Amino acid sequence: MSSITGPKQFQIPRIFPRPMAHSGLWYWLATVDHKKIGTMYGIVSFFWFIMGGIEALLIRVQLSHAEASIISPEVYNQLFTMHGTTMVFLVVMPLSAAFFNWLVPLQIGARDVAFPRLNALSLWVFIFGSILMNISWFTGEAPNGGWFGYPPNSTVQFNPGNGMTYWVLGLNVLGVASIAAGLNFIVTIINMRAPGMSLMKMPVFTWMTFITSILIVLALPVLGVAGIQMTADRVYGTNFFNSEAGGDPIFWQHIFWLFGHPEVYILILPAMGIVSEVLPTFARKPLFGYTFIVFSGAIIGFMGWFVWSHHMFTVGLGPAANTAFTVSTMLIAIPTGVKIFNWIATLWGGSIRFTTAMLFSIGFIAMFTIGGLSGVTHAVSPSDAQQQDTYYVVAHFHYVLFGGAIFAIFSGIYFWWPKFTGWFLNERIGVVNFILMIVGFNLQFAPMHWVGLDGMPRRIYTYAENMGWELSNAAATAGGFLIALSVLVFLANVYLSSRKKVMAGGDPWDGRTLEWSISSPPPHYNFVEIPEVEHIDHWWYKKYPGLLEGSPKNNSEPSVEVEDTTNVDESKIHLPDLSYYPLFIGIGLSIAALGVLYSYALVTIGLILVFWGSIGWSTEPVNEPHEGDH
Amino acid sequence: MANQGITVHHGEEINNSTGVSNKKLLMWAFLGSDVMFFGTFIGTFMAYRNKSLVGPYPADTLDIPITSVSTFVLLMSSLGIVLALHYLKESKMALAKLWLILVIVMGLIFIGFQVYEFSHFAHIGMTPQVNLFGSTFFTLTSLHGAHVSLGILWLIFLLYNEYNGNLTSENAIDLELAGLYWHFVDIVWIIIFGLLYLITAGDGVPPGGVPWTGGH
Repeated sequence: MSSITGPKQFQIPRIFPRPMAHSGLWYWLATVDHKKIGTMYGIVSFFWFIMGGIEALLIRVQLSHAEASIISPEVYNQLFTMHGTTMVFLVVMPLSAAFFNWLVPLQIGARDVAFPRLNALSLWVFIFGSILMNISWFTGEAPNGGWFGYPPNSTVQFNPGNGMTYWVLGLNVLGVASIAAGLNFIVTIINMRAPGMSLMKMPVFTWMTFITSILIVLALPVLGVAGIQMTADRVYGTNFFNSEAGGDPIFWQHIFWLFGHPEVYILILPAMGIVSEVLPTFARKPLFGYTFIVFSGAIIGFMGWFVWSHHMFTVGLGPAANTAFTVSTMLIAIPTGVKIFNWIATLWGGSIRFTTAMLFSIGFIAMFTIGGLSGVTHAVSPSDAQQQDTYYVVAHFHYVLFGGAIFAIFSGIYFWWPKFTGWFLNERIGVVNFILMIVGFNLQFAPMHWVGLDGMPRRIYTYAENMGWELSNAAATAGGFLIALSVLVFLANVYLSSRKKVMAGGDPWDGRTLEWSISSPPPHYNFVEIPEVEHIDHWWYKKYPGLLEGSPKNNSEPSVEVEDTTNVDESKIHLPDLSYYPLFIGIGLSIAALGVLYSYALVTIGLILVFWGSIGWSTEPVNEPHEGDH
Repeated sequence: MANQGITVHHGEEINNSTGVSNKKLLMWAFLGSDVMFFGTFIGTFMAYRNKSLVGPYPADTLDIPITSVSTFVLLMSSLGIVLALHYLKESKMALAKLWLILVIVMGLIFIGFQVYEFSHFAHIGMTPQVNLFGSTFFTLTSLHGAHVSLGILWLIFLLYNEYNGNLTSENAIDLELAGLYWHFVDIVWIIIFGLLYLITAGDGVPPGGVPWTGGH
């Protein structure tokens, strides 16, 4: 939608006055500040992290011993479907988005993202989409066809009821949120960089956000189409995946994984970006091979489009296709391996500080390497035939998604928490958090490798007594509870640290990138003056200019301080005013989607909300005229 | 790379890293995203071509002469929006408004043809539910129609702004963005017309299919 600014601005009548106060509930509902939006992304997705974790624990309880009957097979199906869907779409993606929101404008020296209201729209569509998907628990029809929803198991003939319809509708609403956010960050990163910050001077986290955003805007529409086709099949009786009418269930697999494999990199590239910021800071060395890391990320993003059929080695595509996808999948391990060697080389010879953030990042490298190696074993299509649909695959993707993405996200939380809030999380409790998590994680997922190779199938609610899988499964369940304990320790850390705050200051870790050059938490306008960038790690070299002439940093004191905000005339800094339209468009979209299931009246109400919100949005000025302007 | 400010004042303010305004960059990125959206639907159509088990088949239903007319009208509307933008930039408001009205009318004519076509198909028994051809044909063409309809609403909104003086040569970028979208939707139609109509229209009963006995 176009927004028009001009003296003769016309506006549709407001139902509520535009909120202007910078406090209170209305402020949070109508905010367009990227930092507030990032905080809300973080809180909401952490809530879903706990929900998805509870689902996982229930699965583990059911599998803790052979032939258990604690959870019925029907509920078990719902649990593993919603656990996977929640962790992918409601946890890792939006938690990454929380970091994008908080950090990208700070790292590139901008006052906000390119489209602040679009950013708020992404947040609200995500929040209401996540609620939409989880409403299904209360109607007793939670989705039960697996997180990839293969037909015919997900078609209305074999899976009647509303469960999988909730699932596709929820995914489509969430897709709108992701695409809007992806577009916003592409434009922000291309256009809003501080003067002098050429592409190859951008921090690695910003680079990975950029590549992830490109993948999001290209991959999520493919999922959107698959979702529309499945919705049409389930609700309106079309034939896309109906084999009775000639439809091909394998076709779903192709489009789902054409989305799904880039999605894997959407999940892991932000984690790689976080680690690439944490390691140099605590090794007190520049990142080894910045260019290689950036280009490896870009190559991973590109090649991620040519490997999707490795999810389908056993459907019978024939030896030519299987060989081609075996080769492309093995090739994509090369840039990934390059990154791992670069991170290790960054640590080499550094004067390392073992903070909690650093421990989580090192944990990431180790766990992600294990997961990457098991991934190469099922890149080989003959060996994958043995592994397909076993717990070996479950072990693999938890090593890359939990051991990879979640470890990196915890690293990022401990690293940037002082920047977000102005105070530290307790480091001692943090170390306990890390040890519990890495021990629990390995206890839970390492045994899955061997029960998987021994043939234990995924997605089956129980197993027989004489298979020899009981000890491993009991250990896995114990590991699951250790992870839960570690998350509780983290929450306790947040609570205790907030009770007795240790203030951090602007640059607590002796950081390298621009976000550390301003006070903590940053003022709402971020930078008093937009910085002029000359180098990679600009803030680091500004603090230690001697490094550029080759002198060692030894004991030198920083030559500059973080920006002082005590005497800033804020009336000179213009930021966009609040807007409540994104909130109502978000609500409207979800109501409309819910209406597809229940009634056209709801669809109409939802679309009216969206239409009203869009018109209101495009006719409201970015800023209300202030006293003394112009 | 010039300095940037977050305040947006009048019209297109170029104060960023590339010299291309944020809005325009957003539109291009969105169109890239939309390419994947239509591409997947078109791919679905091609994958399921000649896979229907029962009729009506394309040869039984598609009418190329009629669709050629609506295609011509839609393509001419692309010319119209170029002229509307041209006159807006030159502040010749009467001509700018006239051409914008013509574009809107041409868009409505196209939608009218589509409504006629759909109701005709439904009348002879071709529905989204009847076979794979119906499912793939109706989803693709109706989502394209939805894009055109959204474009028409957008242009009406801009026309309203031309009349109340909010859209002038200063912020012609707003019409330019709508134009980019409109051209894109036209280009997609060229592909749809080529693939779904011109190439597919001869497709009769595929191997294993049952000949169609309905229709008039």
